[in-house]
Amino acid sequence: MFTIQHYVQPETLEEAYQFLTAKRNNVILGGCAFLKMSKKKIGTAIDLSKLQLDFIHDKGDVIEIGAMATFRSLEVNPYLNQYFNGIIPKSIKSILGVQFRNVVTIGGTVYSRYGFSDLITALLALDVDIELYHGGIMPLETFLKNGSSKDILVKVILHKNNRIASYQMMRNSVADYPILNVAVSKKGDDWKIVIGARPRRAEIAVKASEYLTNNEVNETMIKQATNIAMEELDFGTNMRGQKTYRQAIAVPLVKRGIMEVLK
Amino acid sequence: MKIEATINNKKIQMEVANDEFLVDALRRYGYSSVKRGCDTGCCGLCTVWINERPTLSCSTLAPTVQGKQITTIEGLQEEAKEFASFLVKEGAEQCGFCSPGFVMTVLAMKRELEKPTEEEIQHYLVGNLCRCTGYAGQLRAIKKYLEV
Repeated sequence: MFTIQHYVQPETLEEAYQFLTAKRNNVILGGCAFLKMSKKKIGTAIDLSKLQLDFIHDKGDVIEIGAMATFRSLEVNPYLNQYFNGIIPKSIKSILGVQFRNVVTIGGTVYSRYGFSDLITALLALDVDIELYHGGIMPLETFLKNGSSKDILVKVILHKNNRIASYQMMRNSVADYPILNVAVSKKGDDWKIVIGARPRRAEIAVKASEYLTNNEVNETMIKQATNIAMEELDFGTNMRGQKTYRQAIAVPLVKRGIMEVLK
Repeated sequence: MKIEATINNKKIQMEVANDEFLVDALRRYGYSSVKRGCDTGCCGLCTVWINERPTLSCSTLAPTVQGKQITTIEGLQEEAKEFASFLVKEGAEQCGFCSPGFVMTVLAMKRELEKPTEEEIQHYLVGNLCRCTGYAGQLRAIKKYLEV
């Protein structure tokens, strides 16, 4: 289990940032549900509870979600159930129980860029930016690819548009991580296919998405797009599933996602 | 470090370690209904309410509850007793080790969901594991309890 030498609850983001950058082993606390499994020796644990970052605001053209918003608050939020076919609540409602989702935070998950994350896959299929305290606003896709130097995730910004979205996943049980997850979305003719838990971090299948965008979508094209996605993304093996098994289940999950979006 | 929280409507000062989890702190202070189960966030045995929301005390750092309201089953004895009578009538309890966490989740669900369907009940309670009963008796007991 991890150990914590000092524990602080800063009053401002600047104060939190100063604590974070003061020493290499200083860490921002999210919900701690995953962090507790680690053996980290944390110098100063920085709890953001006092910064009122647990908000979900509909700001007209965007929905802003504070880093400390819990999965449960995302799950029951009326805006998030209303937009994008409710892909965000759908992606997280199968993660363990209510009491677990009351602990886990969006900031902890997104900043950690967990490969197994259900939420990151769903977010990546939408038009999402993140705001880092020091690094500013950037697309989620860029952050997932490049990470950042030590920083604080302040909020996740969802651009409200008419994107239709679908989330598909395979897991052995609710108490387990997904073996694979897929999110598909469409805005006008613009398609996005995202595959996560491969077990690597979720990525957009760019070529497959472009293929769908540039062709009339029918059964043959869906099959072809799925093949392209299989070729351009890396699949791997871990204790939950082999590479070949993941590749096999990706085919129907992508197809289901596309079909659901077309409905 | 010293923290102050309201536990079962009483203000309590607790001395907790920086890396101590709430389940351990509560048990040290005599709230022994709170059980340690899987310790990985899967079983729901350690469920307490934090600011009225069912939460895993095994995954909540004790220092983070400073100033918050904690409810354990010791603070809901009347309601718990009433629901327990339904569990008994339906033969829905054996060893009883999971019961405190299970009861806390059921009582939270009663407050949060109005007339839940069977599917909603099952979804809400998916985070409470019971290795004895097979859940059918528990589900019958919940349905009858919610009808009252």
